[in-house]
Amino acid sequence: MIIEMGHMALILALCVTFLQSTLPLVGAYYADSRLMGFARDAAMLQAVLVLFAFGALMHAFVTSDFSVSVVFEHSHSQKPMLYKVAGLWGNHEGSLLLWVSVLSIFGAAVAIIDGHLPDSLRARVLAVQGMIGTGFLLFILLTSNPFARLDPIPPEGQGLNPLLQDPGLAFHPPFLYLGYVGFSVTFAFAIAALLEGRVDAAWARWVRPWALLAWSFLTIGISLGSWWAYYTLGWGGFWFWDPVENASFMPWLMGTALIHTALVVEKRDTLKGWTILLAILAFSLSLLGTFLVRSGVLTSVHAFAVDPTRGLFVLVFLVSVVGGALTLYAWRAPILVPGGLFAPISREGALIFNNWLLASGAATVLVGTLYPLILDAAIGAKVTVGPPYFNLAFGALMAPLFCVMAIGPMLPWKRADLGAVLPRLSVALIVTFATVLAVMAIQGGGPVLALAGIGLGVWILCGVVTDLGARIKFSPSRALGLPRSAYGGALAHAGIAITLIGITGTLFWTTEHLAALNPGDKVELGAYELTFDGVTQVDGPNYRADRGAFRVTLAGQTLYTLYPESRRFTAPPQATTFAAIHPTWRGDLYIALGELSPKGWTARLYLKPLAPLIWIGGLLMALGAALSLSDRRLRIGAPARQKMRAAYAE
Amino acid sequence: MRRRTQRLWFVVGGLSVLSVAAALVLSAMSDNLVFFYSPTDLIKKAPPVGRMLRIGGLVEAGSVRRSDDGSVAFVVTDTNKTLAVSYHGLLPDLFREGQGVVAQGRLQPDGTFAAAEVLARHDENYMPPEVAKALKDQGMWHPEDGKKPGQQTAPAAMLDRPSGGGQ
Repeated sequence: MIIEMGHMALILALCVTFLQSTLPLVGAYYADSRLMGFARDAAMLQAVLVLFAFGALMHAFVTSDFSVSVVFEHSHSQKPMLYKVAGLWGNHEGSLLLWVSVLSIFGAAVAIIDGHLPDSLRARVLAVQGMIGTGFLLFILLTSNPFARLDPIPPEGQGLNPLLQDPGLAFHPPFLYLGYVGFSVTFAFAIAALLEGRVDAAWARWVRPWALLAWSFLTIGISLGSWWAYYTLGWGGFWFWDPVENASFMPWLMGTALIHTALVVEKRDTLKGWTILLAILAFSLSLLGTFLVRSGVLTSVHAFAVDPTRGLFVLVFLVSVVGGALTLYAWRAPILVPGGLFAPISREGALIFNNWLLASGAATVLVGTLYPLILDAAIGAKVTVGPPYFNLAFGALMAPLFCVMAIGPMLPWKRADLGAVLPRLSVALIVTFATVLAVMAIQGGGPVLALAGIGLGVWILCGVVTDLGARIKFSPSRALGLPRSAYGGALAHAGIAITLIGITGTLFWTTEHLAALNPGDKVELGAYELTFDGVTQVDGPNYRADRGAFRVTLAGQTLYTLYPESRRFTAPPQATTFAAIHPTWRGDLYIALGELSPKGWTARLYLKPLAPLIWIGGLLMALGAALSLSDRRLRIGAPARQKMRAAYAE
Repeated sequence: MRRRTQRLWFVVGGLSVLSVAAALVLSAMSDNLVFFYSPTDLIKKAPPVGRMLRIGGLVEAGSVRRSDDGSVAFVVTDTNKTLAVSYHGLLPDLFREGQGVVAQGRLQPDGTFAAAEVLARHDENYMPPEVAKALKDQGMWHPEDGKKPGQQTAPAAMLDRPSGGGQ
């Protein structure tokens, strides 16, 4: 019964989103306040209906109601509760329902929080949100109904893929979707601004918090995914340039560009057309990501669906949204009033440089991701574009970006004098070179790229410290007076530097050892010595595991024992690796246990220097964005906003 | 600084960054594109010896030979043609005779294949899509025997990567 009500609620939500995407537009055109006001009610009603449907499906998963097809296919009564809950989005239908739920939450949030927006702008923003909702609800109801029933009712479910039975599943997809779908808000603002025919500082001030929020969520989502891959896959890789990873990375790059240019629009009232375009592209790439994952065009590990009607639907939807938005852009962007002028060497200039590189970087990732698909569709050839392509093409574009990252924030707006700014960075430069020399001494040389990676990371960190130092000048009152967004930006830049250092260390200085071991065998890993103490059988809630024991000794002293597991699940029958990871100052000790071969237990042992920094940096970036977001000047109902609104209404 | 100068500067700068990116894409792509061949394709298309490529099919039953120095030899078949593969290192956990495998490496002058990396499935029912296609081309693939390829598999790489690789 609840299931049918959930289905009903989704159908009603579709009717609401359809009205939400049409009536407010008419209202905004004729300045009819009743029709415009309908947008808010519709957005909230839509959220209530969609969340009811989400709750209904959640109820089915939690109570293991196997009469529901997706629950039967992806759940099992013996599964721990966390994975019953997370199992909802561990499949195609459920994850789309999560997508729409997040969309409706964002829509309701715009309706509630942005109460001070001009009526016509809000009506148009919510109408665009309604259009996106209409498309996705149609997709769910026509091709991917999560509420389909089974008859007769199976006694037991088929279980969830064990690789997905991990806390990672509970948090990675929701954060990723919060990021993806968050960019629908900035997209809606961009389209609404094109319809209104005006973009100004007030608009940027309304948009920037949403962009920061989406970017922050996406950063967390990507970091979590990368960390999950690192500890579950058994060989310590953290980024595979897999098409689905790229699908989340491209909107992230565009979103990064967007939060920087939105700042220029806000402060200097210029680069408006470009900012609008970035907002459109960021969400288009989010949609492309959804298309790549949901249509099953990828021969990728993430492809849940192998169904051409679904693919066709998403493709048509993608083309109409992106095509429509870009057509509107081409038509309306020229009427935007151009803003202030600036010299090439200026804060604006540096931000443009940042945008060029980020956009080109996203383009290289896009080419590498789509090329195998296009070649397959065109001539049927199966090709792989491997990590070396991405490392080279993308990496080469990021290097100049990292160089300028330390300088950009110190340049004044409008016109800057490099001769005045660069000397202030001389200490930073000296520290950078000293660090590189120290690393060379410790590592006995080291690959040039590794030194460059460490050098750039330290350079950015020094730049952040120099910039903050110059603004604070050792004065506590100045430190307190500095806006939180300044600290937020600094923190996010430091996060990039720390991630870069982590990636460099892990890529270039990992020690690995592959072995077939018998009890008593010893393996040297850097300064550590690991003794294999054999394997015992242990039982988990829904799996059996071989648990290896490795005693770790350093300079003759036994420190601790690590227990990597090789788990065999019964439903469905499948094996996964549960690596034992122990962070130390010298790097992560990482052990993955294989199976019993004629020569002994196979095991992979790694020492991965600086590895944790990769995700700590990601966390810092997200925190930086959150700190910026909490800035008083962006907070709701700040008095300045009333003035802005008055100015906008004139 | 006039508005037209500013716009010109914006366009020229953007285009030059973009052309650098295009050049990078082209050069990186030409060196790093890895084509997939089934044993039948290898004979039909005869790719150059020494180029990095991927091969795949089923590991022929009874063909796995392990030698004392840790190297392994086995035969990959698409049920029509076969290919002898040699590999030095640890095989992935789910490498089994009679089941699907994909290997990346180089063709040797003697017609055998030296694998640098062996990728096997993580899931009992999973068939690498390239292998599924290669078998389908030989009329030997019946998806209803197991799960559909690619269904409900997840986070990056069910393909086990034993020898580490670059990342």
